[in-house]
Amino acid sequence: MPAAAQPPLVRRSHLLPALAALGCALVLPHFANAYVTEVATTALLYVVLCLGLNIVVGYAGLLDLGYAAFFAVGAYTTGILTSEFGFNFWLTIPVAMAAACLAGVIIGAPTLRLRSDYLAIVTLGFGEIVRIIARNLDITGGASGLVGIERPEILGFKLMQVQHFYYAFLTLALLAVFVCLSVERSRMGRAWFYVRYDEDAAAGIGINRVSAKLQAYMMGAVIASVAGCLYAAKMTAISPESFTFNQSLLILLGVVLGGMGRIPGVVLGAILVALLPEVLRGAGTYRPLVTAVALLAIMLFRPNGLWPDKRG
Amino acid sequence: MTLDLVIQQLVNGLIVGSFYALIALGYSMVFGVIKLLNFAHGDIYMSGAFVGLIVFSFVGVWVGNGWAGVVCALLVSMLAVGLLGVVIERFAYRPMRNAPRLSILITALGASMVLNGTALALTGGRHFAFSTDLGFAGLDVSAVHITYTQIVLVAASILLMAGMQAFVSRTMYGKAMRAVSIDMGASRLMGIDVDRVIALTFFMGSALAAGGGVMAGAYYGSVHFFMGFIMGLKAFTAAVIGGIGSVPGAMLGGLLLGLLEAYGSSLPFVGSEWRDVFVFGALILFLVFKPTGLLGRSVVERV
Repeated sequence: MPAAAQPPLVRRSHLLPALAALGCALVLPHFANAYVTEVATTALLYVVLCLGLNIVVGYAGLLDLGYAAFFAVGAYTTGILTSEFGFNFWLTIPVAMAAACLAGVIIGAPTLRLRSDYLAIVTLGFGEIVRIIARNLDITGGASGLVGIERPEILGFKLMQVQHFYYAFLTLALLAVFVCLSVERSRMGRAWFYVRYDEDAAAGIGINRVSAKLQAYMMGAVIASVAGCLYAAKMTAISPESFTFNQSLLILLGVVLGGMGRIPGVVLGAILVALLPEVLRGAGTYRPLVTAVALLAIMLFRPNGLWPDKRG
Repeated sequence: MTLDLVIQQLVNGLIVGSFYALIALGYSMVFGVIKLLNFAHGDIYMSGAFVGLIVFSFVGVWVGNGWAGVVCALLVSMLAVGLLGVVIERFAYRPMRNAPRLSILITALGASMVLNGTALALTGGRHFAFSTDLGFAGLDVSAVHITYTQIVLVAASILLMAGMQAFVSRTMYGKAMRAVSIDMGASRLMGIDVDRVIALTFFMGSALAAGGGVMAGAYYGSVHFFMGFIMGLKAFTAAVIGGIGSVPGAMLGGLLLGLLEAYGSSLPFVGSEWRDVFVFGALILFLVFKPTGLLGRSVVERV
């Protein structure tokens, strides 16, 4: 296909709002206090995770209920390699990506041939397996987790304060947006769209359904693992409790809330999900119920999310 | 492992397995009719246990904490939670019947979370004691001890399952259920009230889950808002092992899963925490190598 036929990466009408949002994001830590910056950093973490899951759920239409497992793979890879084996933080990222890819193939290759419901329940089981393994092995620190994970250093500058991690996550989020924008309009992205829309028709026009789904699943896994690496570095301590089924649900809620398959929608959803615990701080044990009702209400009344994809 | 231990584990496995079978049966029935994984099934089981506990603590004043109380709790809970299942179907699943698959799955997940979140909000996440005075009296067969409670619970499970099998294979409604599970559109053309059949299936499936929940509560002596999550997964695994959509398959799958767990957790160097890993491992292996399960027809669409 000639290059001229490709639509631009960002439509002109979207360029100005996107740049304005980016500008706000860039200057935010200079105006906000530590608390707001901390919440904003969490929001950016969720932006990355939701964009990753959006590739799996939104683009390829595969319900993954164990997404936090890949996040855990990244966090534990960084944690174990830096604290036990003295690896440099940056070297752990490619290892984590490879590990997530491998885990994605192990779970995805056999199950992506099956109906989507089976995938949902298998990924749920997989998420639990990863959490149970993390709880019961010595190398992962058992139930109490790993502590003393090394902080990353870049050109002699050590990432220490919350602002540093804010910018690190912002960079990662922008990278994730860029990856999503590029794959969305790539040959692979169109294949995912057809597979989600009508599997049989997609097979009819020569798309290999299983490999298309597997690519989406692996790409989502890799993005989550990188987010996990940076998360481990920021927290310096990780435990199995950060990677529960509820974490997977929260990421899914972000994707569904904003609008499956649409990048600005997913970013909005991710930010809302990150703000949710802050807004509902007083709700205590009612928080999961409020989250659940929100999810159900969106599915019933606005099945395409708050900011839906017009492509259908 | 000594022979006694092997036999004791066999007994334990069969007892736990009969619970799993009961829950798996409801899963299978609902799946058979609307081809949807009812994620809320585990939470319906949990709701059943809580309703049972509430009823039990009320009727205990009149009929005591023995069998009479447990049976009252069982029956009331099955009825109430069966109706709850119908309500969930009406408000969460029916509006989505023609929606894309992904939306329905997420809705089911939402329904599950709403039940779970409600239980958490109402109970504050505490464990509640379900203290019966059924005691530990029982039979001793060589070195193996089986309590009367265990015997009665297994018998009750078998009775419920046999009743369900008879209902599905003998009655008109059972016939309608099987027809709807084969082809919903054609059934409607033949004059079957599909909505009513689906509602009935939800009622029965939910009532079975609630029965299992009350029995588990009475057996383990405690009820907790999170008990449904893991049970939902295990029941689904049992249904897959036996062949999802098949009534005898659900029972066989439940028993096999109970045995797998009992023997798995008595292996050396394997803590009870790893038990769940066996379960999910079995689930994945079955889906990969034999997705139709042991007794299932080829209802699994491979797409």
